[in-house]
This record gives sequence, C-alpha cells and structure tokens, in this order.
Amino acid sequence: MSQDLERKNSKIVTKLVLVVLVMFGFGYALVPLYDVLCDITGQNIKLQAAADSETEFTVDESREITVEFITAINEKTPMEFRAETRTMKVHPGKYYTVNFYAKNITNNPIKAQAIPSISPGLAEEFFKKIQCFCFETQTFQAKEEKKMPVRFAVNPKLPERYKIITLSYTFFDRTNITEN
Amino acid sequence: MTAVVAEHDDHHDHHDHGPEKGILRWIITTNHKDIGTMYLVFALIMFFVGGTMALIIRSELFEPGLQFVDPQFFNSMTTMHALVMVFGAVMPAFVGLANWMIPMMIGAPDMALPRMNNMSFWMLVAGVLLLAATLFMEGGAPAGGWTLYPPLVLQTGKALPFAIFSVHMLGISSIMGAINVIATIFNMRAPGMTLMKMPLFVWTWLITAFLLIAIMPVFAGAVTMLLTDRFFDTSFFNAAGGGDPVLYQHIFWFFGHPEVYVMILPTFGVASTIIPVFARKPLFGYASMVYATAAIAFLSFIVWAHHMFTVGLPIAGELYFMYATMLIAIPTGVKVFNWTATMWKGEMTFETPMLFSIAFVVLFTMGGFTGLMMSVAPADFQYHDTYFIVAHFHYTLVPASVFILMASGYYWLPKWTGNMYDERIGRLHFWLSAISVNILFFPQHFLGLAGMPRRIPDYAIQFADWNMVSSIGAFIYGFSQLLFVYIVIDTIRGGTGKATAEVWEDASKHGLEWTVPSPAPYHTFTTPPEIIPTEHV
Amino acid sequence: MKKTKQLLACLVLMTLGLGTAHADYTLNLMRGVTQLSNEVYDLHMLILWICVFIGIAVFGTMFYSIFHHRKSKGHKAAQFHENTTVEIIWTIIPTLILVAMAIPATKAVIDLDKVQDSDMTIKVTGKQWYWDYEYLDSGLHFESHLDLASEKAHRVSSIDPRSVPNYLLNVDKPLVVPVKTKIRFLFTAADVIHSWWVPDLGWKKDANPGFVNDAWTSVDKPGVYRGQCTELCGRDHGFMPIVVIAMEKEQYDAWVKAELEKQNALPDLSKQTRASLLLKGESVYLTNCVACHQIDGKGISGWYPGLSGSAKVTGDIHQLIGFVQAGTSKMPAFKKLPADQLAALMTYIRNAPELGNKVGDELQACHALSLDELEDIFPDIDNAPELCKENGEVKLDKVVAEKN
Repeated sequence: MSQDLERKNSKIVTKLVLVVLVMFGFGYALVPLYDVLCDITGQNIKLQAAADSETEFTVDESREITVEFITAINEKTPMEFRAETRTMKVHPGKYYTVNFYAKNITNNPIKAQAIPSISPGLAEEFFKKIQCFCFETQTFQAKEEKKMPVRFAVNPKLPERYKIITLSYTFFDRTNITEN
Repeated sequence: MTAVVAEHDDHHDHHDHGPEKGILRWIITTNHKDIGTMYLVFALIMFFVGGTMALIIRSELFEPGLQFVDPQFFNSMTTMHALVMVFGAVMPAFVGLANWMIPMMIGAPDMALPRMNNMSFWMLVAGVLLLAATLFMEGGAPAGGWTLYPPLVLQTGKALPFAIFSVHMLGISSIMGAINVIATIFNMRAPGMTLMKMPLFVWTWLITAFLLIAIMPVFAGAVTMLLTDRFFDTSFFNAAGGGDPVLYQHIFWFFGHPEVYVMILPTFGVASTIIPVFARKPLFGYASMVYATAAIAFLSFIVWAHHMFTVGLPIAGELYFMYATMLIAIPTGVKVFNWTATMWKGEMTFETPMLFSIAFVVLFTMGGFTGLMMSVAPADFQYHDTYFIVAHFHYTLVPASVFILMASGYYWLPKWTGNMYDERIGRLHFWLSAISVNILFFPQHFLGLAGMPRRIPDYAIQFADWNMVSSIGAFIYGFSQLLFVYIVIDTIRGGTGKATAEVWEDASKHGLEWTVPSPAPYHTFTTPPEIIPTEHV
Repeated sequence: MKKTKQLLACLVLMTLGLGTAHADYTLNLMRGVTQLSNEVYDLHMLILWICVFIGIAVFGTMFYSIFHHRKSKGHKAAQFHENTTVEIIWTIIPTLILVAMAIPATKAVIDLDKVQDSDMTIKVTGKQWYWDYEYLDSGLHFESHLDLASEKAHRVSSIDPRSVPNYLLNVDKPLVVPVKTKIRFLFTAADVIHSWWVPDLGWKKDANPGFVNDAWTSVDKPGVYRGQCTELCGRDHGFMPIVVIAMEKEQYDAWVKAELEKQNALPDLSKQTRASLLLKGESVYLTNCVACHQIDGKGISGWYPGLSGSAKVTGDIHQLIGFVQAGTSKMPAFKKLPADQLAALMTYIRNAPELGNKVGDELQACHALSLDELEDIFPDIDNAPELCKENGEVKLDKVVAEKN
C-alpha cells in the first residue's frame, strides 16, 4: 500500500471515528432534547417539581372545568394509595384542596416517590399546584397512614377547548435508591 | 453500470503469495475474499440457527394451545430469532458480499483496511456467540422483543448485561465494517472509476455504510442507558427518577428505522446489478436509482416515530410522522418502476439469480404496499403490533433481502468457485422458496387484520386455520433452504462444470468482476484496470 | 413460467378476497361499532384498493414484459436506459395519490384526538398480566383477568382449547359500558408497557408506567367486543384479553348499581365446607397466583419459587397470611383479597393435591380476619357471626386453622 493511500485512509478513518463518537453523544443528547420536545408538544410532560406561589386570580364563576384525580402504584410498592376525591368541578381561578390517602402496609419503613402525569399535556402550564406530596420523596414508617393534600388552581387563561383535566399520580418504591 | 473495461490478463503475476495453509489462513487472513467467504459462511450458518428458532415459533403456533415451549422461552425465541437474523445473518451476509465484491467492482486490490476487516469479522463471531450464550443463563435469554423495550427488558435475568455487551460488540463490528467500506470506496477506486460509474451495489453499500456509522453508536448509547438504569440507578427510562420509557423507543427507532434500511439498501443494489444482466439491457435510470437510494436513506432518519403511533404521540407528531413516512413511497416507487422499465423490451432469460430477483421486485413491492398502509397513522392504530406488521416486515426481509442474498449466491458462485451450479436444482430451490414463502407470510396479513397480536405463544380458535397454513409454509420454506446448502457444496466440488470468466452472457459489460478469471484469483487488480469511459453512465 | 402465472393469479385472487370479504372475520379488518372504527375501516379499504390498483398496473406491466420480452421468444433487447418524461410522471402521480390519501387520514387523526367533551371516564391500568378498571364517576373498581376455563386450558395440556368457548378471549369480569355515550379512557400501567386493543372500537393505545394516555370511544350498538393486550409485556402477554360489553343506558345503570353493592358488600363470613373452600381457593389461585407459581405449584426455576412442599406455605399460617398480604419485593401485596377469598386460598395452597401439598387443615373466612379487620367490619363486635367469636369469645388474632 502506498504511503499516500495510507495517509488518505487514516484521514478518512479519523473523520469517520469522529462521526461515530459524535453520534454516540447524539444518542445521549436526545435525552434533554426529548424533554424539550415533550414540553412543547405536551406529551409525557415532566411536571413541575416545586411549588408555585399562591397568586391571586380572578375567579371565573361562569366556567366549569372537570378535574379528575387518578392513582396508581408501581410494581410491588407495598402501599395503599387512593384519591379521596376522584372527580370534581372547579371554577378557573379558584383554589381548591383535595386529599390523597396513602399507607405503608409493611412492617418496615419505606420511601416512595409519587410521579405526576397530566392529560391533556398542554393544559399543564395552566395548572397551578402550590402544595403536593409529589414534590418530594415521601417516607412512611411501618404501617404509617398519611393524608396528603394537594392544593391547586386552574389558571383562567386555560383555552376554551379544555374541559376535562386529569391528574395522575403513580407511587414508585424508592426505598433502596440513594438519591443524589 | 455500463463502464466498459479494457481486456487485461496480467492480474497477479508479481509479488503474489497465496493463502496461508490450514486453519491459520482463516484466523489471520486479511484477504478480502477470505474474509468475505467467512462472513458469508457465518451468515448462512446463522440463517439456519435463526431459522430453527423461527420453526420453534411456528411449531408452537401450529395449533392453538401450548404444546412445546414455555411462554417465556417463546418470547426468548421471538427475540433471539430477530437478533440472530438481523445481526447474525442478513447484515453479515451483506458485509460478506461487500468484502468479496466491492474491491472487484471498483478495481481495487483489497479493502482499504485489511487488518480491521479481520478484526471486525472475529468481533462479530464473538458478539453472536455471547448473544447465543445468554440462552443458557439463569432466567433465560432476553425475552422482551428485539427492540429491547424497557421496563420489560429490565426484567431479564442474568442475561441482560451479556446481551447488552453483545450488542456493543456487534455494533463495533458493524461500524468497523462500514468504515472499511467507505474508505475502500473513497480511496481505492481504479482510475476512471468515478462515483457515478460505480455499480449500484457499491453505491447502495456506500450509503448503507454511512447509515451504519450514524446509527450504530446511537443504539450503543441506548443499550448503555439500559445498562446503567438497571445496575447504576440512573433513570433514563424510569419515570420514578424523572425518566420516561417512551424516550427509549424514540432513541431505539432513531436507530431502528435506518437499521431496517441497512438490510434493504444493499438488496436494491444487487437487484439493480442482476436484472440488467439477464434483461441484456442497461439499468433504467441509473442516476435516479442513486438519488432514490440517497433519498430513502435521508428519509429513514426523520420517520422513526411511525413505529410508535400508539404510544400516545401528540397530534402534531402523529401528523408529521405520517406525512414523512408516506413520502418514502415516492423514491421506493421510483426504484420499482425503474426495475420494471429495465425488464421492459429486454431480452430476458430466467436463470436462478434472475428468478430470485424478479420475485424480489414483486414481493418486496407487496411489503411496500403494506408499509404504505401502515404509514397512515389512524389505520396503524389497528395494524400496529398485530400479525399484519409481522407479515409486512417479513415480506420486506425474507422474499426481499433473503431472496436477493440467494440471488447473489447464484449470481456470483461461479465467479467465487470457478464452477457452475446445477441450474435445475437452483430453479427447484427458487420455486419451492417463492411458493412457500407466500404460504408462510401471506396468511399473516389475514391474521393481523382479524385481530391477532404479534408475539403471543397461543391464540384464540378463530386464528387457528391461517396459523396452521402459515406454519406449513414455514416448514416447506425452511427445509427447502437446505437445497441451497447442497448447491453451494456441490458447486464448490465441481458443480456442473467449469465456469467461464464472464459466466453470464455479456456480463463483462456490467461489471469488472466478470473480467477476471473464474474462480477469481486470490489477488485481483493488483494493478488497477483501465476503465474506458462510455458516453452514458 | 406457467407457475409464475398461477402464483400471480393466486396472489391477485387472495388480494381481491381481502377486499371483497366484508363480513368475513378471518380475512379483513372489521368495520367495528364506533364512528372512529368506521372511519379507520374506510381509510383502510381506500388504501388497500389504491395498492391493489397500483399493484395490478405495475405487476401487469412487468409480467407482460416477462412473457413477451424474453430471449426464448427471440425478442431483441432495446438499449434505452432513461426517459425523463416517464420518470417525472411516475414521480408526480404517486405524489398526488399520497396527497389524496393524506386528506382523509388527517381528518381521522384529528377525530381520534377529540377526547375532551366526554360523558364519563374510565381509567385502565395494565398490569402483569391483567387489566384493572376504575370508573371515575361511580368509583366502581375491579380487575379483569383471563377467565378460568381458558386459564386452565392453556396450562393443562389434556384440555382441548377448542372445547373452551372464546378461548383466550374471555375474562372473569368484563368492562361494561353504556352505548351511545362518549367515554374517555385513561391508560396507565403499573409495571411494564401494555397496550389496550379492542378491534371493534377502532384503535389501540399504549399504557405506559408513570404516564397517562387517553383515547375515546362511543359504541353504537350493544354487544360483546373482544380484544387483547398488544404490547409484549412478558411471560403471559398472550393471556390478558379484554372484553367490553356495551349495553343500553338503563341496563348499564342497573349493572353499576348491582356491582357497587357487590363491591361494598361484606365478605361472606359463613362457614364453608372443606370442598367448597378448595373449589373457591382454586379459582382465587388461578386468578391471582398461577401466572408465577404455575398450575402445578412448581413455580419457574430462576424466576418464581414453587409452592409445593415450601416450608413457608405449609408452615405457620399466621406468617403465611402476613406474607401474602404484605407481599415482597418480588410478589405483589394481596392486601385487597377479601377474607373469604383469602381463607379459601390458604386452604387451597396448603392442601391442594394439584400443588402437591397436604397439611390437612382448613381456614374459615372469619378466622382469616385479625381483630382490627373484624372491627372494621363490625364496629359492634357482638354483631359478628358466632363463628368469628368462637366459643363465645372474640378471638384476638388470626385464628389457627382447624386441624381435620
């Protein structure tokens, strides 16, 4: 093989290996990119992880929105968990508090994190939560029961096309996970 | 490809050293023909391994009720069948063809990076063996489908990290192969062999190689994320830690959709090589074939979520991916029309390679039709994850990719071995394959439309009849492939006589490989051939 | 080439058969019973016919060429290799066809998305390997498992699946919905991804753990509609069917009322014979336990422990009950099992010959209740059945099974 060819080959190999590395990185770059796209399109949206402050809205008494609360327990998380209010009518702008009930059914303490999800996703930015058990990992002592409030309001700016909003909470066992 | 080649008879008269003797020849070889042969033989073996798994699946589905295997093992079989066929059979077979044929088609003495070539083959073998070893691990082989969707795949037993490492090795092997192909095509073409004079097989492989380089690292990243999710508490795909299992599907299909084109683009190339030879006509629309291939490759990167219409995409996503996917029909249509136009007013003969190629055009088009149907998102809400899609992608893989691999075998065997194969048995192999493959896969359309989900080991009674038909087709198809093995061995041992250099009538007009003697000498084109420019491409 | 001709003829006939066999369940998509399913069906037929016609044109040309332009007939090859006009035409025509297809398809996508404005909501949770339904308006909440006949038939090789009605497409508790009512479904999953598909409703939707998806339907006519999970979800993916029964509004209301009564009813605390405990225990076992521990109680090596001869199962019953109710990291908690089912299950797993256990005891529903649980049911303990107060005294703990 001539020297010239060898040089040409190593040049092209270098370039292609760079492409490979860039594409490996691109795979990882899809992770934050995906979150951004989800935010824009409202799909599998990551919900707010911290409380909003309680701003005053003008209450729109003429309009009623149905808000539904559903719960799920992931895998073998040893808990009981339910919404005390499954469905309610709300006026945009007004603050409401609903309660959730959760219980550790084991004789050992557990840690669990509730993951919220919302449908329709694009209603998320109009849904204001100032208190939620989902903002942090919850610790339950053996057999401990908790009544956990969620305080929320629907922003009156919510577009007319939305009539039902569903909030879903799924508890995941995080007992053996060290949070960073 | 109509470049005319000047006769030359001094192929390998200087500094020639033949192959090493014995087993060492194969282990340390850097000769593109040896490595090509190893790839092809390995792929053929894996074709039968994967085929055996398919027959286990079809045996279980022969009748309703669970007769032979445990459902978990059944799931392992569907998973492993796919992985073995994709990564062990079809891709290596095309790499084998690339190794054998690309240097000969572009007038190069060997691949650009011969040592890496050897390494990528043995990496492939190691990767596949590691994958196969997972079958014997506690908890069984991966059983979450070849797509390895979390969270299900994270429930795999001890096999998970080994399967992931195996995917890494297969990925590295493919990447090395792809780099080699690109370097060879860019740097090793004989003088006068311009890009637009290259045979379409070379063109399609060049584009395929770029696809591989772009997607294999992404797949490696995705499975690495699975690995860290399972063992290091990361949460890429776990909602509990702020991740999302649907994200995996996006990353996977960003790899997965181009990946299926990796298996079909070289197929297009071979078909475009064989059909003109037996129609005794130049390929119709060479340039449009090249552009269509490039267009398909480009589109393959922007349509991935059509595999995910039912995961709950936002409406804008549904519409975008639907429209983008429909577009693929245009360049694909151009290809089919071009092949038809190549046959039109030709002077056709129907030797086995041509028979397989014609069957490819027809049956691939049927797979294309169902593909078009599935591009329509609302209709896909019914088709998705049913036997309809099983029928669809098997039409685009078995009577398309595999048929063309068989066609390649028949087409180039005389060049490789120096002997002619038995045309009668070849045709018998073709007719058995072509008929049984339809008995095997056509009824699966009915099953899917009637409501049978894919990846189930047992089914409701109303699906019984067509499943039985399909299984019968599977056994006929599977066993008739043994004829191919027989033919290969028979041809190596002498076949029906010596092959001429040209093998097929006027083939030397269609490719440089037909200007060297049969069998092709161990070293070809150590001095570049002279390529006489012709007026049309 | 006669065979090619036959093959082609055969394929064309089969394809045409696809199109014409409207009512034939085994060949084509069903029209279904909702506006959406009809829309999807029409779309499907439209594309199918487009494909058939393109197919006839392309394959027709090709086969004409194959028959006439062959060397054996003395045809001489033309040498043309491009024709810009033709190439432009066959790029533009498909493009126009695609546009024509995209219009109704877009409309259908938009219709599928119209989930707001619904009259009621049902939450569907996919679990390994059954569905869990909750009616948000009435609070009705139940699990829907593969029915016992199919469950047995696919696990016991001596039972012919053909003898089982609706084999693998039947459930113990179907989802009941009113007709002509816009129902919004919410989908989520508790473990892996599942997908909920009833072909007659016209769509399927994935259930993703941690996230919620929605879809809607409005069933036009009463009937029983069957479907299956369509996303590979593990070992028993093929064994988690869906049955939707659509009924008139009044019947539906009556059904909800009756079901709510059943849901809120006390567990049956009456004394049961050993035979009836075993019988009921078997059905509880087949519904809740068999997927992992298997029909012979042997479990699956490397995955699930066996129950046969297990010291945990045949040992102390207090511990066993506690274990079953609390679950482990590998087993779900069966806290929700009512006392009568729990008692029957305990009796069954300790004594069923099928599982190879023979402790020789039985547990009555009353004795499966702890004092707390008993007090939950009977705030005034004196109202509890005599059996629960054994010997005139309230038992303070789960009562040991009676030795026979």
